[in-house]
Amino acid sequence: MNKRTPLYEQHIAAGGKLVDFAGWDMPINYGSQIAEHKQVREHAGVFDVSHMNVVDVEGPDALPFLRRLVTNDPIKLEPGKALYTCMLNEKGGVVDDLIVYCLDSYYRLVVNCATGEKDLAWMQKHSAGFDVTLTHRPELAILAVHGPQSIAIVCSLLDAGSAAIVGGLKNFRAAEIGDTLYARTGYTGELGLELIFPADYAAELWNKLLAAGVKPIGLGARDTLRLEAGMNLYGHDMTEETSPLESNLEQVISWEPADRDFIGRAAVSEHKKLQLEGKLPHLTGLVYEGRGVLREGQRVETDAGSGIITSGSFSPTLNHSIALARIPLGATSCQVDMRGTLVPVRIVKPSFVRFGKKVFE
Amino acid sequence: MSTRKFAESHEWIDVDADGVGTVGISDFAQSALGDIVFVELPTVGRTVAAKEEVAVVESVKSVSDIYSPVSGEIVAVNEELTGQPEAINAAAESTAWLFKIKLSDASELESLLDPDTYASQQH
Repeated sequence: MNKRTPLYEQHIAAGGKLVDFAGWDMPINYGSQIAEHKQVREHAGVFDVSHMNVVDVEGPDALPFLRRLVTNDPIKLEPGKALYTCMLNEKGGVVDDLIVYCLDSYYRLVVNCATGEKDLAWMQKHSAGFDVTLTHRPELAILAVHGPQSIAIVCSLLDAGSAAIVGGLKNFRAAEIGDTLYARTGYTGELGLELIFPADYAAELWNKLLAAGVKPIGLGARDTLRLEAGMNLYGHDMTEETSPLESNLEQVISWEPADRDFIGRAAVSEHKKLQLEGKLPHLTGLVYEGRGVLREGQRVETDAGSGIITSGSFSPTLNHSIALARIPLGATSCQVDMRGTLVPVRIVKPSFVRFGKKVFE
Repeated sequence: MSTRKFAESHEWIDVDADGVGTVGISDFAQSALGDIVFVELPTVGRTVAAKEEVAVVESVKSVSDIYSPVSGEIVAVNEELTGQPEAINAAAESTAWLFKIKLSDASELESLLDPDTYASQQH
């Protein structure tokens, strides 16, 4: 039997259409993916992402361990700050992408669902020699509440003191209040919070959010929201076989200080040389305003060689198709093989919608 | 009123007294596809064979070929769907039909499924 989050009964009650997602029964939608997508862009929605993995890192060597493990430099962090980053293998491929939260006495890592076991084994292996304790926290629930009204609604459920703290959080900041972590992080390109807390309260909080006008949002809309925001999906836009430099992730690599030896540094430094010679493909955005939807796996033909779509879908905000594609550096014109027909598409920066508005030219 | 028949590939057909069939996709199919965003309809006048690809229905999630359940000539298409593909999600088995076809061999209907048999095959 598949695993279930603490909100399984609530998903059924809300009319959720449950599908298998990496061994979990998860809601793909509660009726209409497009309606849910627009709900998040225009009002507020809640996603149950309790299937994702929380790993707490504690001990005197927590910081040196994390500085070895991830590409972005956690030395930038102080309590209450968060960092988006990835973990690389020795070949410079992406083991996973994750968020590192720095809290008062420990670091909290949130990694993907499907990669959970692999990531835990990877972290355990590379913690050898460091005085750290890694604790997987499957007993915690995670709710993402996103949309222009989301923060105000969450704050309306809190006492005045807590509401002031949570309402005052800036992007990529987090606050632990009691046993709940409130974090200004997410995967939609909208304002919002991620709440990590004991699963025992999950149903009660879910019901309060729904009563306050927040609508449940399935994994289908989660995917179109993140694609519009130009955010990568692990296993599609980045994998163990692709360099972060081929996945629009250079901004999460801290090259300085030069003597910080994060795992994969030597390999990704070689990728950097290839990139400077124009020999490494890059991840870019594609826009198709004709009839039809760009799909993952479709071949891309450019004036500089061929490439491939890594994520493609219909954009409910823009009313046409958008995609992320890995194509040769320097390509200026581009066509996609859409079911045997080459259609012209535009190359844009890989970010399509932020705060409800189109952001590319 | 004719008896509705279903193809295993999830199309339904109602045939009137003049031997013209109205074809759409089943409610099961629209539900499995999710939000439909584009529809490509056949050209009126085209002659098609049973099980030939005649239309395309594309949802946010996936793209699906639509097959003609019978042989014949396409005599009408539901143009309203081009501007309102989401109508299929709302009324797949009624107003959101895709095309009408003048049957060339009514005996082909016998190999299609009656509603109960079709329903029993879905889950």
